Amino acid sequence: MSRVERATRSSRIGVALVAVALIILALAPYWGDRQTLRLLAEMLTFAALASLWNLLAGYAGLVSVGQQAFVGLGGYLLFALAILLEVHPIPAILIAGPIGALVAIPVALLIFRLRGAYFAIGTWVVAEVFRLLASQISVLGGGSGISLPAAVVIAMAPNRQMREFEIYWLALALTAVVLGAIVLLLRSRHGLALTAIRDNEQAAQSNGIDVWRIKFIVYVLTAFGTSMIGALIFLQKLRISPDTAFSVNDWTAFVIFITVSGGIGRIEGPVIGTIIFFVLRQTLADLGSLYLLMMGAVAIAVMLWAPKGLWGIFAERLGWQAMPLRRHLMLEKKP
Amino acid sequence: MTAMQWFNVVLQGVLIGGLYAMFASGLSLIFGVMRLVNIAHGDLIVLAAYISLMVTQALGVDPLTSLLLVVPIMALIGYALQRGLLNRTLGEDLLPPLLVTFGLSIIIQNGLLELFTADSRRLQAGAIEIQTIQLTQSVWVGALPLIQFVVAVAVIAGLQALFYKTALGRAFRATSDDQSVAQLMGLDTRHVFAMAMALSLAIVAIAGVFLAIRTNFDPAIGPARLIFGFEAVIIGGLGSMWGTLAGGIILGISQAIGAQIDPGWQLLAGHIVFLAILAVRPQGLFPKVSG
Repeated sequence: MSRVERATRSSRIGVALVAVALIILALAPYWGDRQTLRLLAEMLTFAALASLWNLLAGYAGLVSVGQQAFVGLGGYLLFALAILLEVHPIPAILIAGPIGALVAIPVALLIFRLRGAYFAIGTWVVAEVFRLLASQISVLGGGSGISLPAAVVIAMAPNRQMREFEIYWLALALTAVVLGAIVLLLRSRHGLALTAIRDNEQAAQSNGIDVWRIKFIVYVLTAFGTSMIGALIFLQKLRISPDTAFSVNDWTAFVIFITVSGGIGRIEGPVIGTIIFFVLRQTLADLGSLYLLMMGAVAIAVMLWAPKGLWGIFAERLGWQAMPLRRHLMLEKKP
Repeated sequence: MTAMQWFNVVLQGVLIGGLYAMFASGLSLIFGVMRLVNIAHGDLIVLAAYISLMVTQALGVDPLTSLLLVVPIMALIGYALQRGLLNRTLGEDLLPPLLVTFGLSIIIQNGLLELFTADSRRLQAGAIEIQTIQLTQSVWVGALPLIQFVVAVAVIAGLQALFYKTALGRAFRATSDDQSVAQLMGLDTRHVFAMAMALSLAIVAIAGVFLAIRTNFDPAIGPARLIFGFEAVIIGGLGSMWGTLAGGIILGISQAIGAQIDPGWQLLAGHIVFLAILAVRPQGLFPKVSG
């Protein structure tokens, strides 16, 4: 009998490596100093944001330059829940997800009327609307922003070190859940449909896939994850303002750079890209705006000469996959 | 407020709408010819403003005269950009042009920041800035906004004539309809695309100079101009030049009325009108009749 297999030798090694990495990362508070923990937590949130954007743009073909709408929405939900309703930050992060998804439904119905690149700018308009609305909310600091009250922060953990550990573990757990959910989604029936859409939208449609519906589901799910990560990011920062919450540079330009340099349309790409991005940032950040200029140039160069990114080069040549996603048909040899 | 004051608000909106229509027509032109959406469009408008600033400072001319240099410089940049970079990104996949122009936007913004700092600048147009024309007893119009609006209408009329009355326009329409057939008929599409981008950036140059006379500018204001241009295109209906003018005017009026209600509502009102039109009439108000 023939059967379909997903695991390959490289994916078995990949899964083992991911498990080891998770254990090392979970133990980071025991081996890393405060600076390292902060950096790792930031890397984790960027890896999650980029993985979500990759799902949206790389698989569903929905190139959004407005995901900062949901990062900012999540951040503001955390602050609103904590300040106005005195909700503990951790449940507040969890609540931010479903609310983000709810908000995404009418947004999707509206901007799905735009195609391709116009869709991209449409998402940006939505993010701008959110930013302008946020600056109108005076109880949350209006245009100049607001800090998380000390009482809320202290309620998390009695001392600063415990609090930092807690936020770090939260970042690790949330990122692991987001990445895990994406892997499970891609392994499911919907994932097969998504991969088909990634490879050829028209062919997918003619094979009976309801492309609009799948895209809609992906958009809403991505908003769910992005809002939670947004809430987490602003718990790390302890301060929010409309300009930082809805920043197109921080939450879209960097995220796109990460995904494209690592390899768009592949689950491993955003993780590799996060490492590339942070290595560049740690070495070049002193250059200020020149460093951003160079990142723009690198992104263009990657798009022109290596559109599948760094991971794409390896995966293509060597047939590697770090996660058991691709289906292989194993034919039994005839006697 | 009296009816006359409201009339004045709407009039100012109409006049700034002309500027938005100029932002939009360059965007609409290249989308029409090669289905390219240039995310760096707004940053190129700001680049034109800085080039004009350099020209006025170096030669001591006024900003409107500087157009004689800024327009050809921007057109050349457009031609080179299209031939050297953007032509390579065109194809079935929409991701490369989008991401390359996004990268370009970041390069221009940070390049300008490096060269000119984040300080806000303005072009001084001299005496013409304060000249006004009295329309009725209580309504006055600035000479400059009026000139800007007339120029915008002229640019759009010119584009319309170029599209339908010249050989270049025919080439634009042919590649727009079917790129491979146009190529078979002997058109060098790489050149046609580069000409379209050159023309788009020539319009950007005019828009950039008028923007810089009208308001303060700094390296970071480009993306908002892209969004205004984009909203005008969608409100007016894709592919229609006069629709684009109408779109710009509607956006300008919405912003002017929003600003009257509450200064914080100026931009928001424009975006909301755009989203409302997208909800009830996604093809825009004046879509190009197909066929």
